Amino acid sequence: MNTRVTGKIIVVGDNIDTDQIYPGRFLAITDPKEIGSHCLCGVDESIAASFPRGGIVVAGRNFGCGSSREHAPIALINMGAAAVLADSFARIFFRNAVNLGLLPVVCKGISQKAKPGQTLTVDLQAGTVTIEDTGETLPCEKLGEQAMNILEAGGIKPMMRARFGKD
Amino acid sequence: MHALEKILAKNSGRRTVKTGEIVTAKVDFAEINDLYLQTVYSFYEMGGEKVWDNTRCAFVFDHYAPCPDIKSASNHREMRQFAQKNQLKYHFDTNAGVCHQVMPEAGLIYPGMIVVATDSHTTTHGAFGAMGTGCGATDMATILMTGELWFRVPEIIEVRLEGEAPRGVYPKDVILAVLGRIRADGAVYKAIDFTGSYVESLNVAGRMTICNMAVEMGAKTAYMQPNQAVMDYVGARAVRPFEVQTTDPGYRYAESHVFDVSALTPQLACPNSVENVHPLPEVLAGGEVALDQGYIGSCTGGREEDIEIAARILKGRHIPPYTRLVVIPASAQVMQRCMAQGWIQTLMDAGATISTPGCGACLGAHEGILAPGEVCITSTNRNFPGRMGSTEARMYLASPATVAASLLNGRITDPREYLD
Repeated sequence: MNTRVTGKIIVVGDNIDTDQIYPGRFLAITDPKEIGSHCLCGVDESIAASFPRGGIVVAGRNFGCGSSREHAPIALINMGAAAVLADSFARIFFRNAVNLGLLPVVCKGISQKAKPGQTLTVDLQAGTVTIEDTGETLPCEKLGEQAMNILEAGGIKPMMRARFGKD
Repeated sequence: MHALEKILAKNSGRRTVKTGEIVTAKVDFAEINDLYLQTVYSFYEMGGEKVWDNTRCAFVFDHYAPCPDIKSASNHREMRQFAQKNQLKYHFDTNAGVCHQVMPEAGLIYPGMIVVATDSHTTTHGAFGAMGTGCGATDMATILMTGELWFRVPEIIEVRLEGEAPRGVYPKDVILAVLGRIRADGAVYKAIDFTGSYVESLNVAGRMTICNMAVEMGAKTAYMQPNQAVMDYVGARAVRPFEVQTTDPGYRYAESHVFDVSALTPQLACPNSVENVHPLPEVLAGGEVALDQGYIGSCTGGREEDIEIAARILKGRHIPPYTRLVVIPASAQVMQRCMAQGWIQTLMDAGATISTPGCGACLGAHEGILAPGEVCITSTNRNFPGRMGSTEARMYLASPATVAASLLNGRITDPREYLD
């Protein structure tokens, strides 16, 4: 896994719940690309179409609160997001993101500092987030050993395939 | 140790566990709801062949019950095929109801167990002294393959509820008041233990309503020490022998919050956030709130007790024209008991729309979707933007009594005006 990610950002608010990330009316969809096309449409329907590939979603506190729906990280990944930076995350979203290889990074204060359209670099090894446009660097939380093991394996699926001797 | 820690220790083959440790624990029951065909896909993507134990997992088709479109019908079909192929002992099709009501009714929930489901409201089962928690589709697929899941041992918060509820104040009002103070992220990654004299005297339905909404504060799980009402309930149903765990005397909680239930009034969570909670009289003092729809149902507010109080308030009365009241019993058993009592008849006479047991419009799938500009009062658990349809609709969360009284007037109303 790449522990260093650089990308253009969008900025959303506090308590962005799974209904705003991926509304209930789309839950029967199973095609990942189609799921990605509806990402964050509960916040703004134009986000998914214009999201920069490899970009980063910056959010306030409690990102991903609400349902256990795995459609939320599936949508973010297929919209093109490489990472989500937030002041804090809801628990099930955090687990789902790690399992699917989407980097969830806790960076307190990032939603107030970063401006839409800026470019950020996350360095998980160093535990820093740098706003490339201004040069400002903020500390971010390192991931726990369990989460890092899963991410380094490329997500829970490759990890389980290896465990069950399927590769 | 806390009872929850003892449950985690027992299921992970340890004598003790400590906060912050990662443990791999056996799952006693795993449930997959019908939003999660991805569980089946992930199972096969990871090389799964057969589920680890066909008596310890089940599908509940509740979010699309019955199916509103071809896509959901196709998803059900694939899940049914998976269930049949694995010869799952338990299966709950579109005739059953909401998973968190159906599983306890079937005796699949009992004290001291770990239940994991692909639904965030799995915290509900703390009502029975079980450890219940939600997970995503792929985590669930790992459980179906191995029978276990890794957990971080959570910090445990005490929410102590003391006193008797005044007239017009229901378990839903109590949990809304708690949520307003602890906030939507006040318990993220943590467990909430509800204690106190109010909890000790509470019936099963009320305990389920309170534990259900623990997840709205971010909680990983909820817990209530089983009381006699719980022991009677599970004693008549449990499909396996069980062991009640108890918290050691002198256990130190990470935090304690004390609430005097006797001082509460009816509560509302105002648009569009679960933590935007205000006493109902305070909201009314700010002006009249006209309503388009009322909704009584879900794993939070669709049980027998909820429908009974609505029927008592609406008996012999009728909702105004150009409004609608949707009532969806949480399960087929709930609906049958309500029919036997005549409450469904009373509600239909009052102008209510009754729909088949399931999640209904709670998550905006079908059966009561809101248009832009509409205002709804609901006994469900979430009023996130767009939860029940349009992001431009406004939703108030309230007790079933408040929903019924409010629809009677076509505007938000204090239920105490209609109670003896």
